[in-house]
Amino acid sequence: MKFKISHTTKYEYSDTVPFCQNVVYLQPRDTSHQRCSRFRLTVHPQPATNQRRADYFGNTATFFSIDKGHRLLNITATSSVDLDPHQLPDMTDTATWESVRDALHLDRTAEGLARYQFAFRSPHVPFHAELADYARQSFTSDRPILEALADLNHRMHGQFTYDPRATNISTPIMEVFETRRGVCQDLAHLMLGCLRPLGLPARYVSGYLRTHPPEGQPRLMGADASHAWVSVFCGEHGWIDVDPTNDVFPSLEHITVAWGRDYSDVCPVAGMFIGGGNHTLSVAVDVAPVDNQE
Amino acid sequence: MSNVQANPRAEESIFQGYAPAAASYDEVFHSDGEVRDGWRELLATADQIGRTELTRRWSRAQEEIQAEGIAYNPYDDSTGVARPWELDLLPLLIGTEEWSALATGLEQRARLLNRVLADFYGPQELLTRGLVPADWLFSHPGFRRVFHGQQSHGGTFLHIYSADLARAADGRWWVARDRTDAPLGLGYALENRILASRMLPNAIRRFYIERLAPFFIRLQETLRDLTAARRDNPRIVLLSQGPSGANYFEDAYLARYLGYTLVEGGDLAVRDDHVFLKTLAGLLPVDVVLRRISDEDCDPLESGSAAEYGVPGLLQAARLGHVAVANALGSSLVESPSLMPFLPGIAREWLGEELALPSVATWWCGQAKARSKALKLIESGELTGYSVRSAYRLGRREAVSAAGPHGKSPRDVRSLLESRPDEFIVQEMVQRSTSPVWYEDEPNRLHVALRVYVVAGPDSYHVMPGGLARLAREPGELDLSVFGGQVSKDTWIRSTGPVRHVSLLATAKQPVVLRRSGADLPSRVADNLFWFGRHLERAQGTARLLRSVVARLTGEGEMGAAPDLDYLVRCLALQGQIEPGFAVEEMKDKLPEITNVLPAAVLDEQQPGSLRSSIAHAHRNASQVRDRLSLDGWRIVHHLERTSSLASERAAKSDPSPADVAKANEKEIPTRKFAHVPFGLVELDGLIDELIVSLAALDGLIGESMTRTSAWRFLDLGRRLERASHTVSLVQSLPDENPPEQGRGLEAVLEVVDSLMTYRSRYLAAIHRAAALDLLLTDETNPRSLAYQLATIADHVGNMPRGDAHPLGTPEDRIAGSLLHGVRMVDVEDLSVAQLERSKLEKFLLRTLDQLPKLSNLVSHRYFIHAGRPRQMSEGRREHV
Repeated sequence: MKFKISHTTKYEYSDTVPFCQNVVYLQPRDTSHQRCSRFRLTVHPQPATNQRRADYFGNTATFFSIDKGHRLLNITATSSVDLDPHQLPDMTDTATWESVRDALHLDRTAEGLARYQFAFRSPHVPFHAELADYARQSFTSDRPILEALADLNHRMHGQFTYDPRATNISTPIMEVFETRRGVCQDLAHLMLGCLRPLGLPARYVSGYLRTHPPEGQPRLMGADASHAWVSVFCGEHGWIDVDPTNDVFPSLEHITVAWGRDYSDVCPVAGMFIGGGNHTLSVAVDVAPVDNQE
Repeated sequence: MSNVQANPRAEESIFQGYAPAAASYDEVFHSDGEVRDGWRELLATADQIGRTELTRRWSRAQEEIQAEGIAYNPYDDSTGVARPWELDLLPLLIGTEEWSALATGLEQRARLLNRVLADFYGPQELLTRGLVPADWLFSHPGFRRVFHGQQSHGGTFLHIYSADLARAADGRWWVARDRTDAPLGLGYALENRILASRMLPNAIRRFYIERLAPFFIRLQETLRDLTAARRDNPRIVLLSQGPSGANYFEDAYLARYLGYTLVEGGDLAVRDDHVFLKTLAGLLPVDVVLRRISDEDCDPLESGSAAEYGVPGLLQAARLGHVAVANALGSSLVESPSLMPFLPGIAREWLGEELALPSVATWWCGQAKARSKALKLIESGELTGYSVRSAYRLGRREAVSAAGPHGKSPRDVRSLLESRPDEFIVQEMVQRSTSPVWYEDEPNRLHVALRVYVVAGPDSYHVMPGGLARLAREPGELDLSVFGGQVSKDTWIRSTGPVRHVSLLATAKQPVVLRRSGADLPSRVADNLFWFGRHLERAQGTARLLRSVVARLTGEGEMGAAPDLDYLVRCLALQGQIEPGFAVEEMKDKLPEITNVLPAAVLDEQQPGSLRSSIAHAHRNASQVRDRLSLDGWRIVHHLERTSSLASERAAKSDPSPADVAKANEKEIPTRKFAHVPFGLVELDGLIDELIVSLAALDGLIGESMTRTSAWRFLDLGRRLERASHTVSLVQSLPDENPPEQGRGLEAVLEVVDSLMTYRSRYLAAIHRAAALDLLLTDETNPRSLAYQLATIADHVGNMPRGDAHPLGTPEDRIAGSLLHGVRMVDVEDLSVAQLERSKLEKFLLRTLDQLPKLSNLVSHRYFIHAGRPRQMSEGRREHV
């Protein structure tokens, strides 16, 4: 399955911005079943500096700065991504979650450590005993890890309401847990807060979700969205993605851009600017399937 | 008890009556009271000098500290009170052999911590080899991934390392704290040395005490070599948090001592991934940043820090090798005490050596064994000798408030350890040696903490032979910060032979490129110098005016009040020194006696424009640019501030508050009762005289000791603008009456602007209007005249740094030029002949008063207005919804 993705971020300022510096995580990374064949970042006005760097987690960070006075900043990332269909392993056939946890704790190879680091607290994901207890209702003794994960995913989806007005960027996960409301970022952070205290490595995935127009209507350009979900290390089956907002195991609808411990590691567009007065922001994402093979 | 027999007159012996503690090591005495080797000669010297003389010297040193304003937390917003530094009379003395063992241990520890840092931010072999638990690094909130993979210069992360040492009862030294982020205290150690060598002038040479200067030379070389490949004369800046930081005094002191530009985050800009200093002459490249702020606050772009004193983009510039940061960003990671338990193993594995200098026994509760040890201690109630503390140190703070056995119940400690064990350590309570101190004029026994410093050299680390000793009654007070404790001591390391004197300036081996620059003045500094000049001159003008008023109020006038008093009081009112009503004829009678309100009014800091407020502002501006003022200059500013603020307190106290008065009336108590310390005209007179002398001394210093760079021009421009307005407003307020009255007014103006002597020597006669106005306004040879100010202003404005944007001159040039032209065209004879002509003078003065502030604003806008604080783009917004 091939997709063409465009992601446009627009800042409009009431006053001139003489200078700004940005760090963006917009380039889709290659994974075991995803390849990014083309990526292009277009910035207006023309940046004075532009560099890329692979970060600690292997994501591509792009740095740029603009020293021309501007009142409109337009950042557009376009990419072509191929997704391979992949089969989810038979849930009952996966290893028990305790054995995955224990094997990992003994693994001191570089690869093992690269996984293990995702089993710890991070800025947006503190540890709370309540969350571990919530998770244990699914992660019962000797249960196959994927089965337990599917159960947690399903429970969360059933018990939490998607509500963009209930939370903001700094809402702590315990508040999300108590109010049972939030958006994909909140649910992803919350699920990380459930899994990690059990000793399971889980990471935050930033990416895109393809959306389907209602039956009989044309696809609307830019109506898609940036999305976030979770990936859990499941032993011999490697990392398996799970989307608590939609109660699914991502396959051919989720395009991975970057991953980290939480949102703070992979914020798609961050930056600092001088002046500018008030500013408004608009984001448009378009995930278009390419039907014919080129 | 004491066996000090060095002086036959035993009662003179300075530590007479001092008893070393039984349970701890005493630095000076054996437990039986016998003086330790090495101390005998020093005590004998002290005894020879005698108690009386030593007390005198010690008081003198304290005065010195007051006079130089050596303090910490000078602008702490919570209290606003600076705590002065305190230094004990006698140093802490350490013998050659003992020190050499300590130095070896410190050098090893610095080397080891440097390698640990390079590994954590590189291959992480310590984790794969199991020398440090992976959990330690991954659960550490200070392990910031953005710092990983930096290219450090020559493999060095740690350029300056510092350790807090404690001496146990058996006499061994232990490391209580490691400091690897941006170690504080070097400036105080230096200052202590300077003061101590004044108290015991010959002792340093006679006892072969190691000097500190070579350490600082090494530091300069190390920082210079960070860019040696690229530039012969690198620009090195010292990045400070600014006056809001507790250690600002020290930052300014070190910057001046080392010869680096003192900057705050806002003075630096990253452009094209290079770091620049924002100066009046434009952006100048910066090669090395000696940072005094915590690494997590250095680059808000990538660390997400909300602190306002960072430099966005600094990290990427450092990664690309365009700037060197010392210590490297991320160095704070290894100052967490939870790393201590792993150091002996790392030393054995990596260096094949035992850790020479042990750490105070520490257990990280993230490990099961340590956790159960801690829990067992709590169970058995034996926690007394231990403390449970935060495992981390982040941004100079303990990340989680220390949960000691004093603060929390065993149950609370227990539940913390069970729920979040990796956030805590158990540490043996630090044992500390004691030492007698002269503090408060008698021998006291206080506990000792010794902070020592290590600097990286090309091949190895070098330890500063000396340190900062701090002493406190309770050993725990010394644990929290470098400012903890009651008093400090200089630390003397004895050498085996005479120590060569070196100076920081005598090291250049290569010919130096002569420079007469001054253009690299940061805009913020120019701004402060300009306002320093203005406030200083305003204070001087006000003080002189006040002196004339007070002289007339206290003098024996023939017919009561002096005839020109009305005029002078009106000037005071117009300048905002007193109630504006005093300037209005009809209102004056309704106001209280001027004699009663004057002292409190001019000393009211809240009153804008008052003498006290001008001095406070000048002091504030000066303290922001301390590294630009000479030591003597700063002393005078500090003296002005202290004298006027003390007087202000007294005046406020002697003035009964309205509430007091009301209460007094009710109970028929005379209000006098509330005037604790009277502060009347006589006291005011004395104060003003003292201030005027100090201000004149400062004028002289600025005139004679400041090189004529842009810094001086901005300061002087501020003074000239202020003096010009002052003179004009005095002349403008002259009474519009017949000659005798006018003559008296003119005489008063001449007196206030310090031109009366000149007038008398020229004319030997009664005041003649034309002659007086010439001297006040148009005589360019009189440095007090308006014309002289305007000519100087035009010269300054014409010589300010400027780009190529204004080949025909700036708007400032035009205003300055037109004012100067105007004053040169004035005909004083013409102005003075007839009443009618008065309006011509009026017009000229009004135009001048109108144009001067415009000129001041233009200069501000061109040179001082900063682009504003950088803001986060993602403030409050989220992408993933």
